[in-house]
Amino acid sequence: MKVLVPVKRVVDANVKVRVKPDGTGMDLANVKMAVNPFCEIGIEEAVRLKEADIATEVIAVSVGGTQCQEQLRTCLALGADRAILVETDEELEPLAIANVLVAIDHQEQPEIVIFGKQSIDSDNGQTGQMFAALTGISQGTFASELRITDGKAEVVREIDGGLQTVSLSLPVAISTDLRLNEPRYASLPNIMKAKKKPMDVTSPGDLGVDVGARTAVLNVSPPPERAAGIKVESVDELVDKLRNEAKVIE
Amino acid sequence: MSILVVTEHDNASLRPVTLSVVAAAVEIGGEIDLLVAGNACQSVADEASNIPGVARVRLADNPVYENTLAENVALLITELAEDYDHVLAAHTTTGKNFLPRAAAMLDVQMISDIIAVDSADTFKRPIYAGNAIATVQSSDARKVISVRGTGFDPVASEGGSASVESVDSVCNAELSAFVGEEIAKSERPELTAAQIVISGGRGMQNGENFQLLEGIADKLGAAIGASRAAVDAGFVPNDMQVGQTGKIVAPDLYIAVGISGAIQHLAGMKDSKVIVAINKDEDAPIFQVADYGLVADLFQAVPELDAAL
Repeated sequence: MKVLVPVKRVVDANVKVRVKPDGTGMDLANVKMAVNPFCEIGIEEAVRLKEADIATEVIAVSVGGTQCQEQLRTCLALGADRAILVETDEELEPLAIANVLVAIDHQEQPEIVIFGKQSIDSDNGQTGQMFAALTGISQGTFASELRITDGKAEVVREIDGGLQTVSLSLPVAISTDLRLNEPRYASLPNIMKAKKKPMDVTSPGDLGVDVGARTAVLNVSPPPERAAGIKVESVDELVDKLRNEAKVIE
Repeated sequence: MSILVVTEHDNASLRPVTLSVVAAAVEIGGEIDLLVAGNACQSVADEASNIPGVARVRLADNPVYENTLAENVALLITELAEDYDHVLAAHTTTGKNFLPRAAAMLDVQMISDIIAVDSADTFKRPIYAGNAIATVQSSDARKVISVRGTGFDPVASEGGSASVESVDSVCNAELSAFVGEEIAKSERPELTAAQIVISGGRGMQNGENFQLLEGIADKLGAAIGASRAAVDAGFVPNDMQVGQTGKIVAPDLYIAVGISGAIQHLAGMKDSKVIVAINKDEDAPIFQVADYGLVADLFQAVPELDAAL
């Protein structure tokens, strides 16, 4: 069975980004970019399914600018068989991306589609569930375990307060949580091999998908700053401050 | 204007976060209905009908809704949504699961995790792990919105007298089945609802050492949390994680023990009223957000703090 893994190019998780002074967005000039960490977990899970002879082919797909090819090459180096870039210079909303992926889904007909549970830039957490809705398939969000048996996906999900296990019909859309796996590092030979793996480039227009925006970002501003605190010298002083100054304990 | 708030509950009682979602609905303004979808959950509907400002409670009581499977609940919401201009739910693992699915079925670009209402179509939400606040305006005819519980002060839970009406639709997508769940049993308050939270980080060194925090938590009636580093290291389970990709908390008092203060952790706790940091590294970024910082070895300071309380 085919596994499709949508991946997003985002600012590297270790970079502290700043708001542009004019409030139009974030200053991303010359900032290190990477595969969204949750999408990387998705690639790893797909590659493990292939290594376990459950998946026959792993396809990475990204929707974005031409630079997304860098992140798709990373996915190929991590073990994806081929990649598709749906190229657009617009910053698409989750619903538009889900619609683009539906078009890819029609072409590729994967049995399993593995999303990251959220991207660390826009923090929406919507695309996987939207894709599942639009294709009318089941969804296993925030997965910490995935087992494929007897034409079903059994997914252990991270929920508030613990874990939930569900049994889902195939095809299925999965979204990854942190503990699903620990992604491997790409080896140098695999990085070299990745350069020769196929990458198709298409566009929302070629796919016939309307990606018009439904929302407008009116302003982006820094969060309110916390006033600087103080250092206390001892536990006794700390307890005294909490009791008598902050009055948060009795 | 009419608003549907999807409640969160365990089929026995309402979760407090629903009161914060209703608060967001009150700020949007209009007639507010609540949806209680579950199984054998009449008591939840009765509780919901006591919330002041609610016009009516719509009760969908059927086994297909027992475990809030997204495939079924999203179908139900899309059926009911025709009557409403706004559909709201909490930005919890439950709401995050079904709401985007419902939004896509309604052909709506959902707005996730709002922390403020500017107007009926314009909302504020954090992006980049809370390093920026975006003001977003929706041009969709219907708005579908998930609400960050800590962004809104909860409305009262008593004093209202809404009518309870049954919803007879049985929406079963027949795509998913509940197998089981493991819910951590604890005498302590839930992380996102606790007034005081004490969290441990990588500095705790191992899972056993989290017991050091328990005495303090018991004395203060606090919940125990953890940083992603502590979860990744396998010290504690993921449902204790506070941060961008875990739980967002904003208690009156947050005590960070052995936590360096990575951006992704700060995103989950920096709206706490008072922050205390105990860390032996005086350059740790956690001290930049702490109201009270104590540079000390936690293995000395924590037992001392326990004794002093």
